[in-house]
Amino acid sequence: MKYPGITDLKMAEGLIFERSHAGRQAYSLPEENLEGVLDAIPANMRRTAVLPLPEVSEGDVVRHYTILSTYNFSIDHGFYPLGSCTMKYNPKINEEIARISSFSQLHPEMPTHLSQGALKVMYDMQNMLSEIGGFAATTLNPAAGAHGEYVGIGVIRKYFDEKGDTKRTKVIIPDSAHGTNPASTTLHGYDVILLESDEHGKISLDTLREKLDDTVAGIMLTNPNTLGVFESDILEITKMVHEAGALVYGDGANMNALLGKARPGDMGIDVMHYNLHKTFSTPHGGGGPGSGPVGVVEKLIPYLPNPFVAKKDDDTFVFAASDRSMGMVRSFYGNFAVILRAYVYILEYGNQHLKEIAENAVLNANYIKAALKDTYHVAYESDTLHEVVFNDQDMPNHVTTLDIAKALIDRGFHPPTIYFPLIVHGALMVEPTETESKETMDAFIDAMKDIRKQAEVNPENILNAPLKTRVARPDETLAARKPVLTHCTTDFCER
Amino acid sequence: MRYLPITPEDRKAMLDKIGVASVEELFNSIPADVKLTKKLNLPDAMSEPELRRYFAALAKENSGSEMLTFLGAGAYRHTSPAHIDQLLLRSEFYTAYTPYQPEVSQGTLQSIFEFQTMVADLFDMHASNASMYDGATAAAEAALMATKIKKKRDKLVIASSMHPQYIETIRTYTAHFVKEIVLLEIDPKTGMTSTDELAKIDEQTIAVMFQYPNFFGVIEDGKAISEKTKEMKALLIPVVIETTALAILQAPGELGADIAVGEGQPLGIPVNFGGPGVGLFTASEKLVRKMPGRLIGETKDKNGNDCFVLTLAAREQHIKREKATSNICSNQGLMALAAGIYLASMGPKGLEKVALMNVRRAEKLKKMLVEQTNCEIAFSGPTYNEFSLMTPIKASEFAKKMEEKGIVAGLPIDKYYPALDNTLLVTVSELHTDEELENFVSATKEITGGAK
Amino acid sequence: MTKFPENLKYAKSHEWVQKLDDRFRVGVSTFAAGSMGDVTFVELPEVEDDVDAEDSPCVIETVKSSEDIINPITGTVAAINGELEDTPETVNSDCYGDGWLYEVKGTDASEYDALMTPEEYTKYVASLED
Repeated sequence: MKYPGITDLKMAEGLIFERSHAGRQAYSLPEENLEGVLDAIPANMRRTAVLPLPEVSEGDVVRHYTILSTYNFSIDHGFYPLGSCTMKYNPKINEEIARISSFSQLHPEMPTHLSQGALKVMYDMQNMLSEIGGFAATTLNPAAGAHGEYVGIGVIRKYFDEKGDTKRTKVIIPDSAHGTNPASTTLHGYDVILLESDEHGKISLDTLREKLDDTVAGIMLTNPNTLGVFESDILEITKMVHEAGALVYGDGANMNALLGKARPGDMGIDVMHYNLHKTFSTPHGGGGPGSGPVGVVEKLIPYLPNPFVAKKDDDTFVFAASDRSMGMVRSFYGNFAVILRAYVYILEYGNQHLKEIAENAVLNANYIKAALKDTYHVAYESDTLHEVVFNDQDMPNHVTTLDIAKALIDRGFHPPTIYFPLIVHGALMVEPTETESKETMDAFIDAMKDIRKQAEVNPENILNAPLKTRVARPDETLAARKPVLTHCTTDFCER
Repeated sequence: MRYLPITPEDRKAMLDKIGVASVEELFNSIPADVKLTKKLNLPDAMSEPELRRYFAALAKENSGSEMLTFLGAGAYRHTSPAHIDQLLLRSEFYTAYTPYQPEVSQGTLQSIFEFQTMVADLFDMHASNASMYDGATAAAEAALMATKIKKKRDKLVIASSMHPQYIETIRTYTAHFVKEIVLLEIDPKTGMTSTDELAKIDEQTIAVMFQYPNFFGVIEDGKAISEKTKEMKALLIPVVIETTALAILQAPGELGADIAVGEGQPLGIPVNFGGPGVGLFTASEKLVRKMPGRLIGETKDKNGNDCFVLTLAAREQHIKREKATSNICSNQGLMALAAGIYLASMGPKGLEKVALMNVRRAEKLKKMLVEQTNCEIAFSGPTYNEFSLMTPIKASEFAKKMEEKGIVAGLPIDKYYPALDNTLLVTVSELHTDEELENFVSATKEITGGAK
Repeated sequence: MTKFPENLKYAKSHEWVQKLDDRFRVGVSTFAAGSMGDVTFVELPEVEDDVDAEDSPCVIETVKSSEDIINPITGTVAAINGELEDTPETVNSDCYGDGWLYEVKGTDASEYDALMTPEEYTKYVASLED
């Protein structure tokens, strides 16, 4: 099997400011007389600072950004097995529909009777996500997964506050969790109690029992966890937590493994966020926008953030609010255009095919695991679902996880997630997703085997990788010691 | 399914390699009790032509988007050059993840570095981060950041003229970190924060936050607020939602801002029924390391070539966990790219022209309404592209009658301020033609009668 | 076996403390400075801050980590090493000299007495390295 490899035909491109030439413009606005208009603004309120934006033609702008785009690796280029990020193919029909102008140009303050189409999208998504996760209701407000965590823990806090149960000041979080979990928790004034994973990378019932008491508000768990391992004691875990009077938060980052196969709500999870930009294929945009809807059980509905969409008796849709809500967590209603893309995606799979997503994702991950387990050390022996964590244990010639990642780039693949979860030393977390073919994975497997071999016979090739990219490994220490976060655009450079 | 390439033959070969008989066996770690045995209650699958038909019909239900509208109030319609969306559709940009591997992410890294530069320039601040979710969460995170800097103080001061959703979001985020939030009321004549109210800023004040132009469309006197804030050694945090205004209005840096935040949606991004836009977050030099969110920095690669990386990550959740400056991970990267392309395309002259076109239309519409109709301008303070109109009948009733004439006239403010039930927030932009402004006026005249 | 300066005492979290005339100087040991990687930034307390033992008034950052300094001596911050703002790498290169962090005017002498002697710390580090 031949892996894709890379060759490089790339234009050199400096900063946009270097293309600037006074007198050029990339805008087209009507000619009109604007003399004296500024008089309406009192002189002491006017801008005096220079505005050193570039002056470029439309052609300049288009070339600049087109060239920059060629410096990126993307899912549309090739295999992007970033564990826990679910980099699946982003369907093009979703983009087309999100750009229908009566959605994209619809103003959020438009009276509801003039925006029923958008409200129906939101209403349906609230219900469909609730059905998929097994929850009683879902809010679409959160803009990303971490924002969803913030909302979910906020709902828990509001629930206990309203009950007057103020002694619950702690949230238990496994050591394998995403960093966002503890960070979101402390934003609600909770203390984090770390839960050590057991020798199988799972939650130990005994350890959990020791930490549970009436000062615990909840546990935040990811299932399947960040090792791709399903917490098979989940029913005992949620029962134990509930018996202690606490609630269970589920991090839905790994929901791709469960779609149509099982529902967190049926396992005793009380609150969970979805990542529409992972599980439901909305593009990650080089960092965002995402969307992190939160599903909850019946008793937590009143505390969800405002507003939400309700259906009236006459089958029209309106915005509604709860006076027991945790409050607002952003402007307007959510990342609507992202929610719309995910809606298209769910409708395309429909009730007949949704579970094929999880089935293929799990099949693909287990195939890679089976093919590479004799070449790379598998961190935990447990059965895994949609992702598998290897590490750099036993690599020859001091080759590390970072080197393996960089060597994959030279072979035409995006590296997996590295050095996460923290409980695995030198972790390489591979999540292929369901949209990859056997040929692609075979090529990746060959590349990984080749790297292992080269590490032995020609380690320099690996230790200096990537060798074929436009830039080599950056000096991150220099970047952090003397941070240069903006380009100096003025002659004086006051900043 | 067109997105699933594994064929039955592939599956057979893969299962053999794994050593199991069926895909179902791979799910054995899930307890049988919770495995779904029935299909989910979801609609039937749709093919592409069916999807197109379905959404074309649904889109028609958004009839308001085809009408002449004067809505603003936190989301602003502006002209966006066609090339912006075309560039956003470069899948190298939109189907990439966060740039964790800098060698294969220089496109994202450089374009966001340029975005950081242009936003910092627009705000006249030292540095900008790589974006927040939206203006409201940027404001809330700014307040949280301020509490960590002024640890010994316990009171947050906010001008009540800030967008109510922003105030609510700040309240939610700071609930466990400030003792009280004190609002500065407006002078009912000018619509600006009353100078008497500035006395509420004191030695316990962590930070003073205000929006300009404010929710009522009025430009606040930032200098007056700044002076009192500095005197009390509190942090000054201006919030700008209608960011095109910064082409002609005093920038936060000129006012002496410590942190300044805003909404980047007006910079070439469609209103998208409220999202995604992009939160802007800037800070002064000494506060850079306290900022939330991703930061992109310039550095050298090991061969000495200039390049860009995510930097100062030691602040962030994946390293600092419960002690992180914020929990943010995903941001609004693609929308930051859009705002960056917009700023590069407009340049200083284009942005200034947009701003002046907005002012001209607002002034013209105000003048015509005062001269030709039975309405008044609610506040005497200066405005940018948005103003509060006093209608002789209830504003919501007025808006309904305007709708019948095909015009969405603005936002009846009683949605947020029940007492102001005869006030309508009217917003114009460079998209409005003079003829459309005249239509607004003649329709108003028919509803409310001519000038008194 | 690593040698540690004789004139200092040590905490389990790898801070060293030097007794000066009327105050205590705090830094990190070679063990900590060596294991944390290239220091990129040091967040120092402010002079006159009150600090309790077990507080973390100072943070040392590297590219991939953020290490809290656990304050060993209760008191008031009397001085900080402002040079580290421009040259944080001194913590790596000269952790007992120019890479010191801050000084505290202590109130409780027993806290200093309770710290490990160089011999005790040497044994402690050896036990960690096993």
